[in-house]
Amino acid sequence: MEKEVCTWSFCEKPAVETIETDFLIVGGGMAACGAAVESKRWADAAGLKVTLVDKAAMDRSGAVAMGLSAINTYVGPENTVDDYVRYVRQDLMGIIREDLVKDVGRHVDDSVHLFEEWGLPIWKKDKEGHTVDGQTAIDEGLPALKDGGQCCRSGRWQMMINGESYKVVVAEAAKNALGMDNIYERVFIVKLMVDKNDNNRVCGAVGFSVRDRKVYVFKAKAVLIACGGVVNVFRPRSVAEGQGRAWYPVWNAGSTYAMAAEIGAEMTMMENRFVPARFKDGYGPVGAWFLFFKAQATNAAGEEYMSKNQERLRQEYPGYADAPGTCLRNHAMMIEMREGRGPIYMHTDVAMAELAKVLSKKELKHLEAEAWEDFLDMSISQASLWAATNTEPDKKKSEIMPSEPYLLGSHAGCAGLWVSGPADLAPPEWNWGYNRMTTITGLFTAGDGTGASGHKFSSGSHAEGRIAGKSAIAFIIDHKDDKLEFARDVDEVIAEIYLPFEIYEKYKNYTTDPAVNPNYIKPRHLQARLQKIMDEYCAGVTSQYFTNETSLKTGLENLTMLKEDAARMAAEDLHELMRCWENYHRILAGEAHLRHILFRQETRYPGYYYRADYIKIDDDNWKCFVNSKYNPATNEWEIKKVPYKQLVS
Amino acid sequence: MPSFVIVEKCDGCKALDRTACQYICPNDLMVLDQEKMKAWNQEPDQCWECFNCVKICPQQAIEIRHYSDFTPLGSSTIPLRGTDSIMWTIKFRDGKTMKRFKFPIRTTAEGSIDVYKGKPEADLSKIKEPGFFNNPARAN
Repeated sequence: MEKEVCTWSFCEKPAVETIETDFLIVGGGMAACGAAVESKRWADAAGLKVTLVDKAAMDRSGAVAMGLSAINTYVGPENTVDDYVRYVRQDLMGIIREDLVKDVGRHVDDSVHLFEEWGLPIWKKDKEGHTVDGQTAIDEGLPALKDGGQCCRSGRWQMMINGESYKVVVAEAAKNALGMDNIYERVFIVKLMVDKNDNNRVCGAVGFSVRDRKVYVFKAKAVLIACGGVVNVFRPRSVAEGQGRAWYPVWNAGSTYAMAAEIGAEMTMMENRFVPARFKDGYGPVGAWFLFFKAQATNAAGEEYMSKNQERLRQEYPGYADAPGTCLRNHAMMIEMREGRGPIYMHTDVAMAELAKVLSKKELKHLEAEAWEDFLDMSISQASLWAATNTEPDKKKSEIMPSEPYLLGSHAGCAGLWVSGPADLAPPEWNWGYNRMTTITGLFTAGDGTGASGHKFSSGSHAEGRIAGKSAIAFIIDHKDDKLEFARDVDEVIAEIYLPFEIYEKYKNYTTDPAVNPNYIKPRHLQARLQKIMDEYCAGVTSQYFTNETSLKTGLENLTMLKEDAARMAAEDLHELMRCWENYHRILAGEAHLRHILFRQETRYPGYYYRADYIKIDDDNWKCFVNSKYNPATNEWEIKKVPYKQLVS
Repeated sequence: MPSFVIVEKCDGCKALDRTACQYICPNDLMVLDQEKMKAWNQEPDQCWECFNCVKICPQQAIEIRHYSDFTPLGSSTIPLRGTDSIMWTIKFRDGKTMKRFKFPIRTTAEGSIDVYKGKPEADLSKIKEPGFFNNPARAN
């Protein structure tokens, strides 16, 4: 097909605002808010400017937009940082960047202490050992965590919170630190810009307002990208209206990975994914039910699927099954489902009955509220699904199920960018001067952006954002005399970003229904095709998470044509323009995922995905990182093995 | 749907400087029809049902009709979010069962966070060491 270019013949040129800053933070979630709070303090001391740009409103943007019922990473006085590293390594099947994980572990508690100081209610144990909510804890004069207060653990590293306004509180701190004059909301960054004299040096970003016909050009000495992971790159289990009920935020479009890849940043472990096993359809959290309420989950015959399959797991994946990580627990569940013994049930009724034996009536009432709050704080639809199906958890069990795959770097997954580690922990080959700097000079990342370093969750992402923000300021101080200039003509970039408008206006009257037109592809269609390709060829739900080399290569062929078609994206309005570029980002992230799975000839994460042609874990050949680099000019990918190094015994 | 706007209740936030639901929606779904001065959800199948539009609406004009893929009709989940707590009223499909919960949401006054108050200045001589501006990193 002929290449389309925007000559402004059919759509009007937008207004352009150029902002010069020192440090640009792209994103507004937990990591970005952490970066804002920390970097601003250092920037003030050094006389530098910090600017943040978010595609949504910071109060409710990112993965914590709805709230959370738990903080999943708090090391606390009773654990060591090294123990945290061991736990993350075990859960992620032995391959993590231990320098990065340890760095999160030694910093994370300070962010949690700040959240409490800012007003996040944290459940506490009172003097009698009873659980009280975060406000009651204060009313009763219980000490703050930093002063020896005892949190209510729902697992070794997790603690319960009243987290409906978790993000509002964290965002308020970031907004008050930066000042609204330095924050741009509803501006969607589409492309990172590199320097004319050094193509490996970031120097800005370009995006557009989703409210007005206006493009924003940011010029900066350092940039942090923290725009979350990737959701809806795979066809979800609910394909109609319910596709919005993704487990992870539906607006996470892989922008972190795609924008970095497009300027040649090295990625790592993009083959990794997360398949959360959650309450069916509403994707309510199971952690509190397993760990806090001590509920059991069984197959249709009432057999507890973990203990039933323990021996089989040991035989199939020796060395990994004694303390099975998240993917192996999924694997046990999937065995039951594949062999026809589903559905899987969480026996909330039995767990509540057991607890009723030892609790007073008042305590039991409190417990019921806690069970509902667990959903209402973070996946309200699940609570509504209980109500809509007349399910009282103390009377009726609920179904659980593994979801569609997600790509992320902060939860029980470790896809992301390859970054420089902390100078005092990283071996020389993992340290190129500035902590959390990607392989692109001046480009930093955190949260879902950092690869090979999962299990940070909300608190660890905030702490990592702070680490990266501080490090970026150190970088800027060292590079304050750099003369930077965009390598590309900015008008040309703007024309590229607005091309979907030009295409739509040019062709829309060719057919009677602009939705069906041979000259372009709408973002909705782009997304559906991407999801189908990924689902069917790249170990999605349809194939029960299985794939093989032939399937992957077929998928890649289809994906390549989809990427070509993306040059003919069409947008009717600004909302669709955002969807166009989000889905373009999803395509690149999906391609990285597929190529990495194709490269790694083993099944490292059984229960997340299976290479049917290499069904075993192969430590002799594959206990290593897989790193890749995309060259947009040639459309070629370089993929390689990078040795794993154990730093904590 | 999933979020829907009740025609009679929505006033388009005409007395406010911005349309509340449009301002808050994390996925850019809520828009104001300028002619009718009523808000609507422009892409229901991309709605996360995060309830942020429901919680922020000053007229309580927005509710959720849950995903048609898997949610039977007839129940309702209604939040009432204040400055320090949230009240939930949940009605079951059976028309009989009703749950009410109240949970704290924050322990400080809205807008009161003063991040650097009482905190040390950043010490630039330590910018390349572990730790934050306010505290060192723990050893292990």
